Amino acid sequence: MWNDVPSSWYLVLSALLFTLGVFGFLIKRNLITVFMSIELMLNAVNLSFVTFAHEWHAVKGQIFVFFVMVVAAAEAAVGLAIIIAIFRARNTLNVDQIDLMKL
Amino acid sequence: MNLYLWLIPILPFVGFLINGMLGRRLPKALVSTVALAFPLAAFGVVLRAAMLAWPGNGNFALPYVENFAGSWINASPLHIDFTFALDQLTLIMLLVITGVGFLIHIYSVGYMAHEEGYWRYFSYLNLFLFFMLILVLAENYLLMFVGWEGVGLASYLLIGFYFDKKSAADAGKKAFVVNRIGDFGFLLGIFLLLSQFGSLSFAKVGDGLTANPGLHGGILTAIALCLLVGAAGKSAQIPLYIWLPDAMEGPTPVSALIHAATMVTAGVYMIARTHGIFDRSPFALAIVAIIGAATAFFAATIALVQTDIKRVLAYSTISQLGYMFLGCGVAAYSAAVFHLMTHAFFKALLFLAAGSVIHGLGGEQNMLKMGGLRKKMPITFWTMLMGIIAIAGIPPWAGFFSKDAILYEAFQHGTLGKALYFVGLVTALLTSFYMFRLLYLTFFGEPRADAHNEADSGSSHSALHTSHLEPHESPWSMLAPLVILAILSFVGGWIGIERFGNFLSPVTGPIIDPALEPGGKNLDLALSFVAVAVAALGWFIAHLFYAKKNDRAKNLATASGPVYGLLVNKYGIDEIYQALIVVPVTFSARYILGWLGEGAIISGSAWLLAGITGLIGEFLRRWQSGNLRSYSAWLAAGAAVLLIFGGYFVTGTWLGSHGIDVHINWAGR
Repeated sequence: MWNDVPSSWYLVLSALLFTLGVFGFLIKRNLITVFMSIELMLNAVNLSFVTFAHEWHAVKGQIFVFFVMVVAAAEAAVGLAIIIAIFRARNTLNVDQIDLMKL
Repeated sequence: MNLYLWLIPILPFVGFLINGMLGRRLPKALVSTVALAFPLAAFGVVLRAAMLAWPGNGNFALPYVENFAGSWINASPLHIDFTFALDQLTLIMLLVITGVGFLIHIYSVGYMAHEEGYWRYFSYLNLFLFFMLILVLAENYLLMFVGWEGVGLASYLLIGFYFDKKSAADAGKKAFVVNRIGDFGFLLGIFLLLSQFGSLSFAKVGDGLTANPGLHGGILTAIALCLLVGAAGKSAQIPLYIWLPDAMEGPTPVSALIHAATMVTAGVYMIARTHGIFDRSPFALAIVAIIGAATAFFAATIALVQTDIKRVLAYSTISQLGYMFLGCGVAAYSAAVFHLMTHAFFKALLFLAAGSVIHGLGGEQNMLKMGGLRKKMPITFWTMLMGIIAIAGIPPWAGFFSKDAILYEAFQHGTLGKALYFVGLVTALLTSFYMFRLLYLTFFGEPRADAHNEADSGSSHSALHTSHLEPHESPWSMLAPLVILAILSFVGGWIGIERFGNFLSPVTGPIIDPALEPGGKNLDLALSFVAVAVAALGWFIAHLFYAKKNDRAKNLATASGPVYGLLVNKYGIDEIYQALIVVPVTFSARYILGWLGEGAIISGSAWLLAGITGLIGEFLRRWQSGNLRSYSAWLAAGAAVLLIFGGYFVTGTWLGSHGIDVHINWAGR
């Protein structure tokens, strides 16, 4: 049952997911994977929001999660569009080659 | 009734403005008219003032003071008026400056007729008169200093008149820099005066001296010596005389006006004007006398062997100025001013006559290439003869009276005075010798001008004249001033030192009157006789050496070997100054100030700051690699650092203990 799992486990899972997201972001070269890592971090945060909301019986955290999901959806739409544009322009999704902004 | 003193300097200034601003576009005749009319008008105002204010006329009490514009500088304790004053000494100076100055203006019209920058020349000349008149009219030290600096500027401009010639430009700079050293002394003297008397007005300083009869030596010696440095700079005395010979690079009428008759006498004028201070400091007076006598002798020895006609006259000027300082130094100020006046006549005459010779020979200045000009330039010859006799000190020409007065006063001035009298006497011998040497070399013997066309000798006078192969007499515009000055050189001394001294005595104090001394008349006669004998001896020696073509001069030169070389090289003073002063100064300017000060410290610190910033930038720019993952890595690292250290700063503890307190309950609830 829900109550059998202590909140701290959710937090640990959330931390693990976030760390996975960070390392995925840092390590992966494919822009799509990097993008997915970002989503992973967002959702890890969402999980901790929900956990604390449950822990302290505060509904604000859950509302916040909806906001995050909405923003993440919008971000995914824009981000994927940008990724497609980049791919069309440069024929690659390797982030190491997308470095036109350096000096 | 008014004397309109302010008109006297303003008139030449108007001439300067007109010629300086419009002269380039005006026709030459108009430039000459303007340049002559304004000094003539100033001379007229001076004459009117002289007639109205002549002592005994009773119209004006001298000193007559004109004050303008209330107070000039007013800064609580400091109160300086813009004031002109006329007294006997100023009157003499005004007459000499405007009178001789006007004659030289006339002469210049002929002399400069073919020169480039005709208008420029005359505007400078008028500017000089303006400042010189300010100098002598000023009623306080500061206004005098304004004129003092101004004549220095005009002198610089006119020495460097042929500014495209390097030697002339250098000579101008040299004169300016050397004068600056003297002016610095003058300034220090002014500051000391201000601190001692609280005023710079001549009258107030005089009152201050009268109010403190016990004030002797000490601060007054310091003031007097500072003023002496200024006077030595302007009047070309040891050790600051070196600029005057080089000043001969300017046009010859300039040498006559500025570097013989007027500006260089400013130092003598200044000492005579401030004699109240010198009188209270016997030490400073003795220094003045020694410097004067030493300069007189020293310059005369150099003049013995010079071959450039203008250089002989330049050293002779230094020597004569030395006489005037000697006169000042034995407290015979009126005798010094008397010599100043007669010297203005005969030295202006000599320079103008030399200019006439140079003009007639198309720019030749080397006396060894002259000769035999007596027949070709008779008027120049006769007038110059007048000047030479006058400077040699043969009665009844003017130089005799004034030089005799100085020598007599020196002889009466204690042991030091007697020693200096003999220096002066020897100098008189030398003077007579080198002046007649000049006469014989220039006007007698065979013409030696065979090589004078190609021998440029660096002459400044225009190349246009070289077409005149034959020496020719100068135009009347040049000869008329010569004749007038020759007459003045003849009669200028007849007034006699007694009457002249009495006239000046309200300003310069009484002199030792031979008539009032026991046995003074006889002593005076004896000394005069000795002086004349010495002058005649100098003439005789010059006659032996130079009247007929012979080898005596050459033999003596060879026989005296090193001494002759020393004299020809002017004692190597320029070289010594070069080594002792110019080289260290340029060295310190270039290396200590230039490299170390400006280069290392100022530029260095700026470069260091810029370099550090650049290095940091060079390092930091590598962060902006454009690599997304490196950005995100830094972001993550930054976040981690914030989490750890930020948490510490907010909560005061490290991660874990209080801030984020997570306890994992592995055992379930």
